[in-house]
Amino acid sequence: MTSHLLYMTVFAFLVSLVFAVLLKDQPREQLRFGALAFGGFMLGALALGWLMYPFPL
Amino acid sequence: MRADATTTRAPSISVVLVGLAAWLVPGGGHLWLGRRVKGLVFLGALVTMFVMGLALQGRLFPFEFSQPLVGLAALADLGAGLPYFVSWALDAGKGQVIAATYEYGNAFLIVAGLLNSLVVLDACDIAAGRK
Repeated sequence: MTSHLLYMTVFAFLVSLVFAVLLKDQPREQLRFGALAFGGFMLGALALGWLMYPFPL
Repeated sequence: MRADATTTRAPSISVVLVGLAAWLVPGGGHLWLGRRVKGLVFLGALVTMFVMGLALQGRLFPFEFSQPLVGLAALADLGAGLPYFVSWALDAGKGQVIAATYEYGNAFLIVAGLLNSLVVLDACDIAAGRK
C-alpha cells in the first residue's frame, strides 16, 4: 500500500509522541504539546503541498 | 560565584552506562532509571519507526564520507542502536531506490536514529541529576 498521506500521518504521530513525552513531564502537558505538534506537522505539510502545487519541480 | 557550574567534570561511570544502555535499547536508559512509562513509549515508538523504515524499503546508509550526506545519514541511522546492528546482521536495509516508498523509508530510519540520540541525551541528563 502506498498511501503517502497515511505514511505522513503515522510519521507525524510517532514524532509528536516522542517529542511530547521527551519534553513534558505531566500527562496533560504531554497531551497538549503532542496534539499541537501533530497538528502543526499535518497542517504544515498540507499547506506546503498546496503551495508547491502551482510550481512543480 | 558557583564553582561547580563552571568546572568541567568527567561524567561518572553510571552516566556513561546509562547512556550506553539508552543508545543500545531505545528507552532503555529511562527504564533503568525507573521512568517506566517514558521508557516504554520510547521503546515502542522508536522501534516501530525503525521497523517501518525497513518495511518501506528504506536504506541503512554506508559510512561513505566522500559523499557527506550519505555519511551523515549513516551516523543518524547508527543512532538507533541495537535495531541498527540487528538489521545489519540480518542483511536488511538494502533499500529499493525504485520503490515508491523509498524516501519515506529513509525518513523513518534516519529520524528514528536522531530521536533516539535525543532520548540518550535526556537519559544522561537524568542520570547526572540535571533533570
